[in-house]
Amino acid sequence: MVGLEHYLILAAVLFAIGLYGALAKRNAIIILMSIELMLNAVNIAMVAFSRYIVPLQLTGQIFAIFIMVVAAAEVAVGLAIIIAIYRHHKTIDATKIDLMKW
Amino acid sequence: MALEIAFWILAVIGVMAALAVVLLGDVFRAALSLVLCFLAVAGIYLTLSADFLAVVQILVYVGAISVLIILAIMLTREVQRGSPGNKLRLPAFFVAALFLGGIIYAMVNTNWQVSSASPLEPTTPAIAGLLFGEGGFILPVEIAPILLVAAIIGAIVLAREK
Repeated sequence: MVGLEHYLILAAVLFAIGLYGALAKRNAIIILMSIELMLNAVNIAMVAFSRYIVPLQLTGQIFAIFIMVVAAAEVAVGLAIIIAIYRHHKTIDATKIDLMKW
Repeated sequence: MALEIAFWILAVIGVMAALAVVLLGDVFRAALSLVLCFLAVAGIYLTLSADFLAVVQILVYVGAISVLIILAIMLTREVQRGSPGNKLRLPAFFVAALFLGGIIYAMVNTNWQVSSASPLEPTTPAIAGLLFGEGGFILPVEIAPILLVAAIIGAIVLAREK
């Protein structure tokens, strides 16, 4: 029987993979993709809570919709920043982007 | 029973695709496996009887966000250089593993108040009622387009040729 724990553990595994990618990768686009993975994992947890704890209220699904809105805005601005940085520095290696370091 | 088989297949596909995103050396292939992972997550929503959310997932993530990411990969021409790890690779692995262990421990040991009621199906009318109805989430619904417009204008300003 697949229950709430199964979905939560799946969400945790996806989140941990995304966390590793966001911390350990050099390519800024891969880092952004890992952040998308983490947002998806959180959405799975939200929908699972909505399905198993309050099946008649759907608030978790509403939360997931708003997370998707914010994720879409985030990815648009993030990729625009990456393209702007690439234009100036000819690289998107996150270890070489040190504009805000002093 | 069929739901369980679907869950396990989708979970395995999703986790494998997510691992491929962070482990593959080729950035473009990583983006394609990210699309596969998004599709698996849409299937997971279907097994949770969230039909509207599954369609939104396919429209927004598989349709729009993946195209944006692939376009950005094309525009930045980093494909040849691949996706190397930085020098934090080992600490990052330990942080992720520690996080995973801690959160699974917390989840397994929590006594969840699982409800036995069967879920609403279809969910679209109920979600519409919550989003636009009396006492629902109408204020966040009004704020979300402002955020999206701000993000679009910001993206245009940032990515424009000077």
